Amino acid sequence: MSKNTVNIIIDGVEIEAQEGQTILQAADDAGVYIPRLCYLKGLIPGGHCRVCTVKVNGRPASSCTFPVSEGLVIENDTEELTTLRRTVVEMLFAEGNHVCPACEASGNCELQAMAYRLGMLAVTLPFLRKPRELDATHPDVFIDRDRCILCGRCARASEAEGKRVFGFEGRGINKRIAVDGEHGLKETDLKAADRAARACPTGCLRLKRIGWKVPVGQRQYDTTPIGSDIEQKQPVG
Amino acid sequence: MSDDYRKVVQEIVAKFGKDRKRLMDIARAVHAKTGHISEEIVGAIADALGCHRVEVRDMTSFYAFFSREPKGATTIRLCNAVVERMKGMDAVANAFEETLGIRFGETTPDGLISLEYTPCIGMSDQAPAALVNGKVLTNIRPEDVKSIVDAVRSGKLHDGGIVSVKSVESNLQQAGPVIFAPFERGAGIRKALSMSPEDVINEMNKARVRGRGGAGFPLAMKWSFCRKAEGEAHYVVCNGDEGEPGTFKDRVILTECPDLMFEGMTIAGYAVGAKQGFFYLRGEYEYLLPYLEQVLAKRRRMGLLGENVCGAEGFDFDIRIQMGAGAYICGEESALIESLEGKRGAPRDRPPFPVQKGYLDRPTSVNNVETLCCAARIMEHGAEWFSSMGTKDSTGTKLLSISGDCQAPGVYEVEYGITVEKVLEMVGATDAQAVQIGGPSGQCIAPKDFGRSICFEDLPTGGSTIIFGKDRDLLACMESFLEFFVEESCGWCAPCRAGTTFLKMQFEKLLQGRGTREDLKKLEETANTVKFMSRCGLGQTAPNPVLTTLRNFPALYEARIQPDDFIPAFDLKEALKEACSITGQKPHDVEV
Repeated sequence: MSKNTVNIIIDGVEIEAQEGQTILQAADDAGVYIPRLCYLKGLIPGGHCRVCTVKVNGRPASSCTFPVSEGLVIENDTEELTTLRRTVVEMLFAEGNHVCPACEASGNCELQAMAYRLGMLAVTLPFLRKPRELDATHPDVFIDRDRCILCGRCARASEAEGKRVFGFEGRGINKRIAVDGEHGLKETDLKAADRAARACPTGCLRLKRIGWKVPVGQRQYDTTPIGSDIEQKQPVG
Repeated sequence: MSDDYRKVVQEIVAKFGKDRKRLMDIARAVHAKTGHISEEIVGAIADALGCHRVEVRDMTSFYAFFSREPKGATTIRLCNAVVERMKGMDAVANAFEETLGIRFGETTPDGLISLEYTPCIGMSDQAPAALVNGKVLTNIRPEDVKSIVDAVRSGKLHDGGIVSVKSVESNLQQAGPVIFAPFERGAGIRKALSMSPEDVINEMNKARVRGRGGAGFPLAMKWSFCRKAEGEAHYVVCNGDEGEPGTFKDRVILTECPDLMFEGMTIAGYAVGAKQGFFYLRGEYEYLLPYLEQVLAKRRRMGLLGENVCGAEGFDFDIRIQMGAGAYICGEESALIESLEGKRGAPRDRPPFPVQKGYLDRPTSVNNVETLCCAARIMEHGAEWFSSMGTKDSTGTKLLSISGDCQAPGVYEVEYGITVEKVLEMVGATDAQAVQIGGPSGQCIAPKDFGRSICFEDLPTGGSTIIFGKDRDLLACMESFLEFFVEESCGWCAPCRAGTTFLKMQFEKLLQGRGTREDLKKLEETANTVKFMSRCGLGQTAPNPVLTTLRNFPALYEARIQPDDFIPAFDLKEALKEACSITGQKPHDVEV
């Protein structure tokens, strides 16, 4: 092995990690699931959703961006962190306009699955109910901003494949996902085969005409909780 | 379009060498010519720069001073920070609306004047204040409004109470030995050049000088990390983006002794091994720019900048001033660097820290204006002199920007360790019910804590000190702080972007007397989540107005809480009104 290994401790269990990895990557390799929404394997982490926040030597940090080093002591699966993460997920639900029963992503949606995993029973924050723009100009892909959580995965995926189809616009609570066209997605060079078109964790950026191909009840998270794939890799502890 | 626009854009982009990193300057120059940056102009800039339009829109849509729609030839930006409100901003705002016949957010039908609100512009000691096309108006009374409007209409910006740099009151109330004492240009630099860079850093270490922005990171450590970090080049950045509501100390430094700051930057350049320095100046202080450029030009003539500074073979150093465009978050060092690179001011995740990967991913030391002034003085007078002032962990003096309910607002240079009580006495504040230490992101303290000291080991502060007299509605002031954070959150991370808005909504409910004990619990939960989960200092401190008043003024909350188990967040009848009017039905009385 060309890279040095270091040892870190997650929830009391010692894990071997490769130097240069982030905490989240090392945990994934070791079969320890750290909840996350804006992280997508292979892309530069964005640090947007903060759901992957852990305690590193007692202090909060996003595990998707924090590099491992020898002896880090990390808290992940604790009641305190679960509550904080659940509140952030709740914020995302109340910020956007998410109607799970009517959404074609239901069952494949990482936001929905994360809410289940973290034990969110209802949204207790006031809904913002802001009108958000729909873009159906592209022949094969649409953007339903009602369901956008501003994770930036589409933007990072597009940049990684040498394009720049997506970006952000505005700031604060008025920030939204933007496209590289004057009048919408049709003017961009996005193709349905692009990774960017398939990077969305929710029902916001979807391919047209295939949304209901797999019936509800038989979808990815209908049968297994989010994170199971990682946890099944190598049971720890 | 406006082929005219296209031509304007092309000329400006060419002037900045078609350099994508200079997008801030390009956008500012274009905006100054066209009054707005529409989608068409976004496209023109992108074409001229050879980049994607989404990048240009991403950046220009971020800053408050760039408008997407055409605005009036003159924009009057009235500051609506909390002290402004305390000092009669509402009456001034009404006078503007009445005189112009428009509301805030609108433009007069003749296209001449737009009215807008803007957060703190660094004039809290002479509030109410406004920015008019970059010019600053202070101490505005409702009866001044007509003459202001007349002056704008007739194009005589300098008449009728509209002031230029010299007329903004410097308001230096108390000069101390470090920042505001007479000094000789170049003395600190020459001293530094007689030593090795390592010894310069060591001198800072002996002086135990810490960052004056509020966080208090040891200066020597920052410079040392930066010097040791590998990179193609090293940079020094001076953070002149003081945006914390209630702060204006940098304004006074930049008016009274900018030379001292440039001196400190040059010493920093020598210490960390940088050839290039950037001074990032907040957009609100544009009126200071011509003067600062003059000072820089003079320093170049004197050989204090440029090649072989002070005749020291091989030490080349120069400074470029980078203007901002209205974004509090750019006071955060990594957001400032992003802005300097011509991008939206979104902070970065750390590590890596700017001293490792800063501007263009190269080692960069970002320091506060006041800190660099201290560094210049330490060179001049030595570490021992400096560390003999203040306390053990907070050496030297601190500039306090004091405003609110007191007789003599302004800037005071005090030794670290001074008690709040003493400060109140000094400024003539006799009936304070609370003092906001370190601005909205700091803490709101009660009289029981007035015996505490201003220093890193007790009450750390960037300098903003707002005094609330006994008759003020303290929680209403806190609400205005929360509103500020909603406006200024960059939106990058979820807990801050959405959380600040929920915090404000939940707080409003309590303030309106519609909150229950359960609501109070929820408010605290939101506050703690935003504090813990946010990416940068903005989100981590945005809940402080709530958390520190909950701790120090619990009775104010108790007084507003209703005994009910549950009160809905919205008014059911109001919500049903539209549906009822469409269907012609009368709402039933429902028990909730």
